[in-house]
Amino acid sequence: MLLYILRRVLYAVPIALAVSLLCFLLVHIAPGDPVNAIVPADAPQAVVEQIRAEYGLDKPLPVQFGLWLLKVVQGDLGRSLATGRAVTEDLAIAVRNTLRLSLVAALIGFTFGTLLGAVAGLFRGTWVDRLAVGLAAAGVSVPHYWLGMVLVILFSVLIPALPAMGAGPGGSGDWVWDIAHMRHLVLPAITLSVIPMGIVTRTLRGIVAEIMNQDFVNTLRGKGLRRGGILLHVAKNAAPGTLAVMGLQLGYLMGGSILVETVFSWPGTGFLLNSAIFQRDIPVLQGTILVLALFFVTLNLLVDLLQTALDPRIKRA
Amino acid sequence: MPPDAPATLVAPAAATASAPEPLVHVRGLNVRFVSREATVHAVNGVDFDLAQNEALCILGESGSGKSVTLRALMRLNPPKKTVMSGTLRVGGQDVVAAPESAMADLRGRVVSMIFQEPMTALDPVFTIGRQIAETILRHEGTSRAEADRRALELLELVQIPSARRRLAAYPHELSGGLRQRAMIAIALSCRPKLLLADEPTTALDATVQIQILLLLRRLQQELGMGVIFVTHDLGVAGEVADRIAVMYAGRFIEEGPVGALMRGPLHPYARGLMGATVHAGLRGQRLTTIPGAPPDLRDPPRGCAFAPRCPLVGEDCLPAVPALRSPLPGRQVRCLRVEDAA
Amino acid sequence: MSTTTSLGASPAAAPRRPAASPGYWQGVWRRLRHDRVTLACAAVLLLMLFAILAAPLIAPADPYQTSMIRRLKPVGFGNHLLGTDELGRDMLTRLLYGGRLSWFLGITPVVIAFGIGGTLGIIAGFAGGWVNMLIMRVTDVFYAFPSVLLAVAISGALGAGVFNAILSLTLVFIPQIIRVAESTTTSVRALDYVEAARGSGAGALTIVRVHVLPNVLGPIFVYATSLISVSMIIASGLSFLGLGTKPPEAEWGLMLNTLRSAIYSQPVIAMLPGLCIFVTSMAFNLVSDGLRAAMDVRN
Repeated sequence: MLLYILRRVLYAVPIALAVSLLCFLLVHIAPGDPVNAIVPADAPQAVVEQIRAEYGLDKPLPVQFGLWLLKVVQGDLGRSLATGRAVTEDLAIAVRNTLRLSLVAALIGFTFGTLLGAVAGLFRGTWVDRLAVGLAAAGVSVPHYWLGMVLVILFSVLIPALPAMGAGPGGSGDWVWDIAHMRHLVLPAITLSVIPMGIVTRTLRGIVAEIMNQDFVNTLRGKGLRRGGILLHVAKNAAPGTLAVMGLQLGYLMGGSILVETVFSWPGTGFLLNSAIFQRDIPVLQGTILVLALFFVTLNLLVDLLQTALDPRIKRA
Repeated sequence: MPPDAPATLVAPAAATASAPEPLVHVRGLNVRFVSREATVHAVNGVDFDLAQNEALCILGESGSGKSVTLRALMRLNPPKKTVMSGTLRVGGQDVVAAPESAMADLRGRVVSMIFQEPMTALDPVFTIGRQIAETILRHEGTSRAEADRRALELLELVQIPSARRRLAAYPHELSGGLRQRAMIAIALSCRPKLLLADEPTTALDATVQIQILLLLRRLQQELGMGVIFVTHDLGVAGEVADRIAVMYAGRFIEEGPVGALMRGPLHPYARGLMGATVHAGLRGQRLTTIPGAPPDLRDPPRGCAFAPRCPLVGEDCLPAVPALRSPLPGRQVRCLRVEDAA
Repeated sequence: MSTTTSLGASPAAAPRRPAASPGYWQGVWRRLRHDRVTLACAAVLLLMLFAILAAPLIAPADPYQTSMIRRLKPVGFGNHLLGTDELGRDMLTRLLYGGRLSWFLGITPVVIAFGIGGTLGIIAGFAGGWVNMLIMRVTDVFYAFPSVLLAVAISGALGAGVFNAILSLTLVFIPQIIRVAESTTTSVRALDYVEAARGSGAGALTIVRVHVLPNVLGPIFVYATSLISVSMIIASGLSFLGLGTKPPEAEWGLMLNTLRSAIYSQPVIAMLPGLCIFVTSMAFNLVSDGLRAAMDVRN
């Protein structure tokens, strides 16, 4: 098992490197001289030259990548063109906000997805099944940024029950787990939860239906197990596959929250990305994407290890 | 280890009957599978009794209704589309109309089943030990430790080597033969009075097949169970059974003691079946085959179902299904062409 | 009728997909014909396609004609069947014209990715060895990004514009299609009758043409149709972020964005473009599901 973990971790290293390379190249696919992408337009010539030398922008690309990677490893993602602050500074706050939102959305989406998917898989062809399938299809088809606006109209405009913008009263940046702050979380979290809800419902329905069709379920009935006892077996069989999908969905939530964060002005990575795009603030864009992608790589690794630990059929050699 | 007295389930019917109730009592059993497209008449009037400690083998080709009949004894056919009628009692308990909870209490305790595919019939993510122990826990409410101890005993009973280690093994870590032994251990875990086996050796290698058959025969005699086998393999039937029933298109068409029936089958289909099988004793003889195919059970024929393929068919075979007769003592056959011996 | 005999044996060897044959496609069509949900969704899509193609003929007004006095009028106002937007332009007209761009932005990347990704995936699956290794490892890297993030990253770096949006979406979908094409091809390649063809000395191209393509194109195509829905949502999302089309062009995502300020005064109007995206995306999704179910031999 330990050897397996080691091998999987080692395998993730080249992926992480390649992901960094792609992020590094973002600066270079941006139109114009790359130095203009990372230095404010009104900077004096001396500063421009200093940055050019620091990042080795006159040297060949591989050397530049090496220099950039060295800085990244030391926790230096450059400075924002718009604010002049270190990218890591803004990013640290934004990541925490996005994580909060994603985790709550995941909790909602996974809970309902698991319920709907399990019931639909167990009672295939009934009206409950059709309802669950319809909800799931709507969940994965709905443009969630639009759903966010619909929810705002319904619950902030028509029935003024919940705040539509920001992460806390008075636009304060400090998060506390109290009612006032959590009220701000409700609408964006629900909006964000529909996609994982739909995906988990669909996946789990398929998994459960396939398990229920397997011979061993007949053996379990033949042993005289009651419905509860059989469900325990179904759950343990369905767990590895379902958890894998959930792990991926959590990653997609973090990476895909940009649209919803924009709708609700939620001060997370998506909001940061959006303003970076708007202001063509390439260092912030690059840093945010790098951090989110590396988070996704790590999450994938964890899911893989968890799945291996849970499923005795997977060889751990 | 003495076979401890199994918790007996004395149904009122058994208590009031003058003769002792047989272990299995089947009269006029019909099983249909109903779906939107068609109704399949899988079993069409099966009658038989099975005594304690008796081994019956139901022989037939795929689609003859033999597995359906077996599953009907535990009411294990897909509940939504199955329609059962007739009389069916196992250990005195009615099976046709009993509530699901009563069936769940019956299954695994009074009657249990060994399935054909040991690869897929065991839950892949539970250990062997757990799968045995959970049956004991379900029916006997013992402590977990006691159930685990019994599981170990059972693995030793079915002769799994290094049993203690195998308790913690997952099904995919065992060979096909060992898996089938584990399956048998699960089936025997609550000392059932009736053991059903659905082609228990078909999925196994030839050498392993004979070991499993011998094990089953020994266990049946040691534990005093009634056993019903379903197979399409004559060799298996001869090895384990006291009696044989040959099934065709959802009916028993011939029934009798194993030796007599295999030496001298009466029904033309049974004769064809014996002729289509290779024995060492038949070396040099030409193998015969039965021309044609079994009837479509969505629309079964009115008369004898074998008539379209039968070399002896006559007009009188077609209007109605021939009744089961006894032309010889201890033998029963469903054919108009078989002459009475007396 | 040599095909029938080979078919008779193949279902046992390949329970997932028998060799492509007329009987198989007839079966698919028969199942589709009885699937009312899929048929209804296909009808909705066809109707919509017809409407947006015929926009210049059927649209009641000029999509760029603004009017300061007729801003944000409600549904049914005057001759504006669906009201007017924040610049007084006729909503129905804008929605019809916007559909053209939204459909184009949603479908084009999937079509290009189907061509490129399908080819690369079939090559990887059929060639195996280091070719497979190379293609699949590069694919893994793109897989390390959530799709929305990757699209935003590329579009964000390249800047706004229809071409850049299509480019970034194509790059998002190519790896996904490669994976499906590779795994399908690998499983088909291992089937008994393909092995037999190889053993009897058939050339690689012949095997691909006769045995591999007819068996893998269907599943890859169905997978690609399921991406159209995602593609439409992300493409409109890019426009919503200001990364796709630019004003005054009509596009559903962009319209949704510019109408955001109107959610307090004219919520119904503000929701219309998003509703169009939702209906289209859902219809594509359900049609794709129906196709998949109809092509699954196990049903």
